[in-house]
Amino acid sequence: MIAAATVSGIGRPRLGKALPGAIWAFLLLTPAFVSLASVSFYPIVNGLYLSLTNTSLITQENEFSGFANYVQLWGDAQFWNAWWHTMWFTAASTILETVIGLGMALILCEAFKGRGLVRAAMLVPWAMPTVVTSKMFGWLFDGQNGIINYILLHAGLIDQNINWYGSPDTAMTTIIIADVWKTTPFMALLLLTGLQTVPNSLIEAARMDGAKGWITFWHIRLPLLMPTLLIAGLFRALDAFRVFDLVYVLTGGGPADSTETLSTLSYKVLFSTLQFGYGSAVSTAMFVTEGIIAIVFCLYLVRQIRRAQ
Amino acid sequence: MKDTRSPLQTIAIYLGALLILVWSGGPFIWQFSTSFQLDKALTSGSPSLIPAPFTLEHYYNAFIEKELHRYVWNSLVVSLATTFLCLFVGSLAAFALSRLNVKGRFGILMVILSVSMFPQIALVGPLYLVATNLGLLDTYTALIITYLALGLPLVTWVLFGYFETLPREIDEAARMDGVSIPGLLWHIILPMSLPSLVTTGLLAFITAWNEFLFALAFTSNIDRQTIPVGIANFTNQYYVPWGDIAAASAVVTVPLIVLVLFFQRHIIEGLTQGGIKE
Repeated sequence: MIAAATVSGIGRPRLGKALPGAIWAFLLLTPAFVSLASVSFYPIVNGLYLSLTNTSLITQENEFSGFANYVQLWGDAQFWNAWWHTMWFTAASTILETVIGLGMALILCEAFKGRGLVRAAMLVPWAMPTVVTSKMFGWLFDGQNGIINYILLHAGLIDQNINWYGSPDTAMTTIIIADVWKTTPFMALLLLTGLQTVPNSLIEAARMDGAKGWITFWHIRLPLLMPTLLIAGLFRALDAFRVFDLVYVLTGGGPADSTETLSTLSYKVLFSTLQFGYGSAVSTAMFVTEGIIAIVFCLYLVRQIRRAQ
Repeated sequence: MKDTRSPLQTIAIYLGALLILVWSGGPFIWQFSTSFQLDKALTSGSPSLIPAPFTLEHYYNAFIEKELHRYVWNSLVVSLATTFLCLFVGSLAAFALSRLNVKGRFGILMVILSVSMFPQIALVGPLYLVATNLGLLDTYTALIITYLALGLPLVTWVLFGYFETLPREIDEAARMDGVSIPGLLWHIILPMSLPSLVTTGLLAFITAWNEFLFALAFTSNIDRQTIPVGIANFTNQYYVPWGDIAAASAVVTVPLIVLVLFFQRHIIEGLTQGGIKE
């Protein structure tokens, strides 16, 4: 193709003309669509079908069973336990990451020495494999020799070591902290680019009129940043909702199911009990919840943008 | 703006910056230091940031006993293959969407982007069954095919964004000279997009290098397991070898961090183009 392209000189019929653009577009888009269709769309549809069967790799059954799995799901305490944990994790980490991320972005927005260094350092948590982050926080929050216990003990904030991720009361908090560590800086970088698009002239004008920093932030920067903030929040929420690596490696869903989330529960039903029918029902329910979150967010976003105009 | 800042504000900004620096870098530095400390020092009850005595025994354990290099090799094969495939397929799609008259191209872009929002746990079960039927469990192929699809949305979006910034007069001139459509992509657009290709490739590489769920489900032995799976399995039945884990973590993370710091400006630009675009 390429050789043909270079020899076809001026005056001769052009290859681009010989094959209409529409056919080229189709050819060039096909590989991407085949890939996405086979690895994303097909599994979603197939998962939906599997969730209506009693497929199990142990009993080798795979018959249509209607909504039996969903009826079972509705009455499954483990599922609702995981559902609530997932919602709590999503809400807590998204809100914390957005608020702290905004704070970081506001600092990075100012000119100071070493700003480049800080910006660069913020990419470290993002680049790290989540499995490594999990192991790292496992060590930081280790019940016996963890540095967190050591610091808190010596600062006089606690009087004995806390078994952070070994105790149902603190395990989820530990996971949320790990997630906030990993993702907040990146959130801050996204928000920073949003902040930088707010025209300086507006802020200057407000200052000329005697507005204090806090007021310019609240009435000028924040409203203008709102679309960015909402989109970043949406992406973060959808990402947080499917949390897997962090939980699976740090606590495995324990202790006493206190950190079980929808992803870890699905994984266990699928690969420990090999009930692919029921496991698919769990993941489909998760897909639907995620879809609803996305739609609600988008509607809210559209309304906000309309109101701003 | 600078002159309006009070001394108190200046102090607050520097304090905040310091806090961000410690917060982002601290845990990793602590982990890195752990990898050079003797187990005795790690459990002594008086932790120190400076490894004294300094030891490489955890690196020895990681490579000799746990055969870390085999996981590293598997990860390299899978991630590099994924990167090149992603760039190839992604640039074809991005080029078509940016340069050819595709009807409803923003709709297509939205569909491609929405794929990246699917919860991966919903894909893993059905794909596992397909991989079993095709005999693809414990192969690089299964991981590469999967990671290609996971990386494509971001790669396509970022490349599309970049291609859109290239002036259209250039392709008009090229077409006048009789350059065909694939020639336009290969000889003109791609060479002009080199910086963007490097950044996008790095993003695809990191995605594949760090992926855990599919690698966990699709591989069952050290011949094909990737690094995240290897590190997750490091834990001993009776105790957690924190030092060995720290050493393995350093081996897989330090090169990545160096790469990221080197390309940081491009990465931030690339990701904001792909992530938040209005």
